[in-house]
Amino acid sequence: MPRVVVDVMLKPEILDPQGQAVANALPRLGVSDVASVRIGRRIEIEFTGEPDLDRAREIADKLLANPVIEDFTVRLVETDETADAHS
Amino acid sequence: MTARVGVVTFPGSLDDADAARAVRIAGAEPVRLWHGDPGLHGVDAVVLPGGFSYGDYLRCGAIARFAPVMETIVDAARGGLPVLGICNGFQILCEAHLLPGALTRNQHLHFRNRDQILRIEAVGTAWTNAFQPGQEVLVPVKNGEGCYVADPATLDRLEAEGRVVARYLGGNPNGSQRDIAAITNEAGNVVGIMPHPEHAVEALTGPSLDGLGFFTSVLKHLVGAPA
Repeated sequence: MPRVVVDVMLKPEILDPQGQAVANALPRLGVSDVASVRIGRRIEIEFTGEPDLDRAREIADKLLANPVIEDFTVRLVETDETADAHS
Repeated sequence: MTARVGVVTFPGSLDDADAARAVRIAGAEPVRLWHGDPGLHGVDAVVLPGGFSYGDYLRCGAIARFAPVMETIVDAARGGLPVLGICNGFQILCEAHLLPGALTRNQHLHFRNRDQILRIEAVGTAWTNAFQPGQEVLVPVKNGEGCYVADPATLDRLEAEGRVVARYLGGNPNGSQRDIAAITNEAGNVVGIMPHPEHAVEALTGPSLDGLGFFTSVLKHLVGAPA
């Protein structure tokens, strides 16, 4: 069954201290070519029936993201892909 | 007649007992309200206490906003009911859109727990009318996600309309924009504050008695308010 994936990210103008802390740790790994790191949240939603993107958007807007500080995107993925999203 | 001030308990609330105690010391009758019960039981004002409602899951205050009691409180607050949100309560008020902006992770990422000087800048609200303009007060601050943010237009509007209720003095503990520690809505009945006035009401446990002014203010406000 396909799932709906909601990605929530802090708006570009909002400072992301967690991302900065990670970026500042990278030189200790010997990584020196990363300009910035931003940290967000990925939420996977499984509907009981057919996935409903509009409904997912409504859920994201009302609860999953705070529109004052965050942006979100909503997309459909096949179940296989959720296990393998990094590839 | 003794004023009745409701104190809400959410799953994960931490400072509800202290808030109820502060209400009592100020001379009102504390009424414990339960998150799952939409009834306000005839209270004249409401305090949303500090803590970690719903484990701070998703975002601080994001889930508490949808608690049955909150739906009633949001409607009542729009109708003028005095509401004070402390710490997690401030976060809930922002999530419920009763106050603008949002509270985010402290800029330095550390939990901050210390006694903090604040300057009270707005004394026309339901919760600060017992103070003098510019009065400095000492209350504990303790938060991990207390960094107040809003877009520049919102911040300018808050300043222009005199809705910055308190600012941090002697060092900003969390990176809040423009050192904002507390704000109010347009009507002045809803106030959100990140530090904890309810922990500064007794010499035995608090750094001062300055916090009491927030709770005596609402009693003054209720006496003057039209029924």
